[in-house]
Amino acid sequence: MLVEKIKARFGGEILSAQNERDEETFTIDRERAYDFFRALRDEPDFDFNFLTDLTAVDWLERKPRYDVVYQLNSLNLAHRIRVKIGVDGPEPWVPSVVGVWGAADWLERECFDMFGIVFKGHPDLRRILMYDSFEGHPLRKDYHYNKRQPIVPEIDPVVNPIRSSR
Amino acid sequence: MALPARWKDKIVPSDPSDEIMELQMGPSHPASHGTIKFNLKLDGERIVDCDVEVGFLHRGFEKMCEQGTWTQCFPYTDRLNYASPCINNVGFALAVERLLAIDTTERCKYVRLIMSEVARIADHLTCLGMAASEVGATTVAFYMLEAREFLYDLIESVTGARLTVTWCRVGGMTHDLPADFADRMKASFARLDQVLGDCDKLLSRNRVFIDRMAGVGKLAKEEAISYGLSGPLLRAAGVSYDVRKAHPYLVYDRMEFEVPTGDRGDNYDRYNVRFQEMYQSKRIIEQALAALPEGPVTITDPKVVLPEKEKVYNSIEGLMNHFKLIMEGIHVPAGEVYQAVEGANGELGFYIVSDGSGRPYRVRVRPPCFLGMGALNKMLIGRMIPDIITTFGMINMIGGECDR
Repeated sequence: MLVEKIKARFGGEILSAQNERDEETFTIDRERAYDFFRALRDEPDFDFNFLTDLTAVDWLERKPRYDVVYQLNSLNLAHRIRVKIGVDGPEPWVPSVVGVWGAADWLERECFDMFGIVFKGHPDLRRILMYDSFEGHPLRKDYHYNKRQPIVPEIDPVVNPIRSSR
Repeated sequence: MALPARWKDKIVPSDPSDEIMELQMGPSHPASHGTIKFNLKLDGERIVDCDVEVGFLHRGFEKMCEQGTWTQCFPYTDRLNYASPCINNVGFALAVERLLAIDTTERCKYVRLIMSEVARIADHLTCLGMAASEVGATTVAFYMLEAREFLYDLIESVTGARLTVTWCRVGGMTHDLPADFADRMKASFARLDQVLGDCDKLLSRNRVFIDRMAGVGKLAKEEAISYGLSGPLLRAAGVSYDVRKAHPYLVYDRMEFEVPTGDRGDNYDRYNVRFQEMYQSKRIIEQALAALPEGPVTITDPKVVLPEKEKVYNSIEGLMNHFKLIMEGIHVPAGEVYQAVEGANGELGFYIVSDGSGRPYRVRVRPPCFLGMGALNKMLIGRMIPDIITTFGMINMIGGECDR
């Protein structure tokens, strides 16, 4: 029901739609994403007033490399959908949806911090969990999980044992 | 104070009324239970701007989950919201089970539900106790922490640990409830009732407490929705949204309970909602325990659940099965799923992606208190410094969950 309505209303925007384990996923293009999300929020048939989550998945060898994933929820109509935007390139970007949902402010900052995805139009896009001098984006698949970037130099107790004064 | 005559032409006293002072509060401040920094811009004691810095407890939860097997994620989930680890365990297990398209046993569902609610009460007790102690009601804090001990005893009797329970597995749990669980629970709840009654009398109509809480940290309904608040924060603003009602999981659709809401969206409402929720959780536990079916708590699918130790030590099939599950992990079919549970702080969601191997490709947690912290600045602008403490306390930011 909801899926048909969305398909009828946004036929041009939707690149693909799939249903997997009772969850609806729509893939759209970033160029018209902002208007798409705005309409999903404002039109009474959809009423997606709650941005549950915003994150990304790095597929490394796939083209496009990243999926930016939005989980939308309607508190009044109790339905959920997932929207994906595929992005690629050395500086992947999608339009910011801070103007649609306030929750996007911190979620987009986190996604930028962890994946290096730029949210164009975000009022204050800077790192949130990592520190400013951190290099790289830790949740990208080519960032090794054991790589260390301490702010204060780490002293290896084996190589440099702390000598007691005695 | 008049300046000495010899300083008259050397010091030009500035007009303090138009000066904006910058103050950094935290990251290690005695009144904020959690490592967090507020970069404040103050006009006198009034907050003009507040930039909230989080991330001091970031341990790379999502990255580390990608390194091990699905089962090895459970200890990490304990350390998300460490005040109610049972709920995190259940949420992650449900997500993986949905991706595997398996259904757990009836008893398993009931036991998970009971433990989730016990954890919820423990979490609310921690939150309210700490918030009370920060406004000076230390007595209440210790009463509530004592009550939490009774619940921790209950959790310990089931899981073997008080805090880091690692008790769920894909397809079931490590332990069933002990035989005398109902009696233990009755004893714990009798004492809990006493404590809740006492705390209610001490706080709910206490003039000092109400003055510090009522009208503080307000967020209107529309803003609360837009900022993605959930749980007690959203319900205090008058939105009756509860994952247990809106998108039921486990056997919540068979339980009778109410969703307490507020109407002003201030800290006092948040306190009230949490307090009422504890009574509702008790109601749910009592119903679930009365309807608790007999049977195993774990399914027997050898592709998912470890074989019994007897088989591992005495047969080659059992040994191989054990070896494969431990070394390669559970083979979760490729795909993705978003599973939300009602955590103590709000909608706790797990978005997991599998590429068909034995290891998670991506584990994403939707942390409820992270979004609460995102709205903190809206709640504080125009208020006073002491209001930071009460508002922060009512958001109940848990470093492990917010920073992951």
